[in-house]
Amino acid sequence: MSTAGTDGREPIIRIRGLVNAFGDTIIHDHLDLDVYRGEVMGVVGGSGAGKSVLLRSIIGLNHPTSGSIKVFGQETAVGDGEGRGSLQLRWGVLFQEGALFSSQTVAQNIQVPMRRWTNLSEEMMDELAAMKLALVGLPADAGAKYPSEISGGMKKRAGLARALALDPELLFLDEPTSGLDPISASQFDDLVRNLQQSLGLTAFLVTHDLDTLRATCDRIAVLVDKKIKLGTIESLSRDPNPWIHEYFCGPRGRAALAERA
Amino acid sequence: MRNIAVRLAVATPATLRLDRSGRDVRLALGGDWLLGEAERMDQALRALHFDGVSQIFVDGSRISRLDSAGAWLIVRTRQMLEAKGVQVTNVLLPETYRALYQRLEGEALAPAAMHPRRQTFSDFLARIGRGTVHFLRQTYDLVGFLGRVTVETWEAILAPRHELPLPAFVQQIEETGLTALPIVGMLAFLIGVVLAYQGADQLKRFGAEIYTIDFLGIGLLRELGGLVTAIVIAGRSGSAFTAQIGTMRVNEETDAMQTIGLNVAEVLVLPRVLGLMVALPLLTFYADVVGLVGGMVMTYFDLGVTFPAFMRELESAISLKTLLVGLIKAPIFAFVIALVGCFEGLRVERNAGSVGRLTTRSVVESIFLIIAIDAGFSILFSVLGI
Repeated sequence: MSTAGTDGREPIIRIRGLVNAFGDTIIHDHLDLDVYRGEVMGVVGGSGAGKSVLLRSIIGLNHPTSGSIKVFGQETAVGDGEGRGSLQLRWGVLFQEGALFSSQTVAQNIQVPMRRWTNLSEEMMDELAAMKLALVGLPADAGAKYPSEISGGMKKRAGLARALALDPELLFLDEPTSGLDPISASQFDDLVRNLQQSLGLTAFLVTHDLDTLRATCDRIAVLVDKKIKLGTIESLSRDPNPWIHEYFCGPRGRAALAERA
Repeated sequence: MRNIAVRLAVATPATLRLDRSGRDVRLALGGDWLLGEAERMDQALRALHFDGVSQIFVDGSRISRLDSAGAWLIVRTRQMLEAKGVQVTNVLLPETYRALYQRLEGEALAPAAMHPRRQTFSDFLARIGRGTVHFLRQTYDLVGFLGRVTVETWEAILAPRHELPLPAFVQQIEETGLTALPIVGMLAFLIGVVLAYQGADQLKRFGAEIYTIDFLGIGLLRELGGLVTAIVIAGRSGSAFTAQIGTMRVNEETDAMQTIGLNVAEVLVLPRVLGLMVALPLLTFYADVVGLVGGMVMTYFDLGVTFPAFMRELESAISLKTLLVGLIKAPIFAFVIALVGCFEGLRVERNAGSVGRLTTRSVVESIFLIIAIDAGFSILFSVLGI
């Protein structure tokens, strides 16, 4: 794989020789990957192919067996807490089920990063939280609700609002549309794409959903046989690898691609 | 807060200036309009006076960087000015940030309800009422569950059906009984040591040290052996029952059982109730013996009573009845622990938080019931003269 930034674009995430192994099971075998500023990188792969492990390795929640992962030029695998402080200001993470803090209201959840990293006044934080709620398409009264009182789709939107609280440059999304009905899922896709364009975000998106890939992603990384194959939907659908072929050219893949034509 | 200023520092500070030249008023913005500057700019914008201004032009062309917080401040200022009747002729922004600004301007930004409602006195009263009703309903449900489990247990004992899960029953005896031996033994031994030490200390003053052994034997066999074992098992197995069954509830496993036609009470509750009713008396007997050994060791070191002398004194102090009075309570304690553990487990709702909450409640309830029942037995035995 030779995707090193020779064309002058700035790699925001740079992975070199990443190995993840649990016991004897090797999940990632010397992966290389670059994600450039302003693009949406989609990651797909079968269940157990290591999509979530890859995401968790990049954001420093999982310590890789070996290899280097740099985000904004800073190694994420080493050092924790204070050392990664400046990174935490520059990225936002949407976890699969939203991972909202259950003891706080939605608005307080959105304000957690602001409280940690800024000294904004309460009024300003309330205004900003209301603005973020509107930005992700939640009704104004959702702010005072607790996570247990809102639906799964609203939790994802609220989680996205929290991820965007500090206006990060880089957004990680873990299966943003899983568990949503097709209408909510496609609304969420549009929302992500729209926000990505208006806020100028770089996004790293792990998904199963072909429609999400089609609607939002600039490039796609397929995790297959412990390696990564990079490309667009068009180039990957011509890939000889049987899994990739089945994924993009199976009945679901064809249906998702057909909409595009 | 720590080193915030450093973290959110901007390259060029945000600026704003109000130029008045005749009727044309220009609000000139520049620099980095980012989150780190939001507080300062918010105050600066609020401090501006727009008296006598009818038309204003917002010139943000010199803004070097803009994020959603900065864009929101500009949108808000525009809305505020228009509400005051000032006409905003144009908002000029660098090309790259126009999409962001338009996106925010397009949202209907109603002032949102941000904080949970304050508690009032009537909320407080409502909470007491809810708590009382909840308590009564819980007691009612527990009694209902008691009846159901009693009937099922009785049927299972009288007419064992082939589908009675025998392996599960044996597994429960192992989990609640065998694996509890180290912790129960350790605690019983230490309680024997403590009882013997305290007893000897007090009785020495009357020259009646030898009655330490009577005190130890009766106290341990009648009351403490059974009580301590039951409390340990309530904490160890009662909580496990709630957590296990509760996790199955969260996973919809119990729902799956019902749709297949399995009787949840029979599959999950019976093996636990019966298993613990077998395991707890055995554990209690074991705790009695180990506790006596602890007391024997202590009396040897403290009072110099040899082991054969200890045995002789013990034999004259206690009878089989002493042991049985203690042991008869064990199956009842076991029934209560398993009943409460399973009952609370089946009440778990489909979220992980409720597993933890009900597990705590299950332990507190079963320990409370054990001690209450033990007190009841003491009264009963004294009335009966046992």
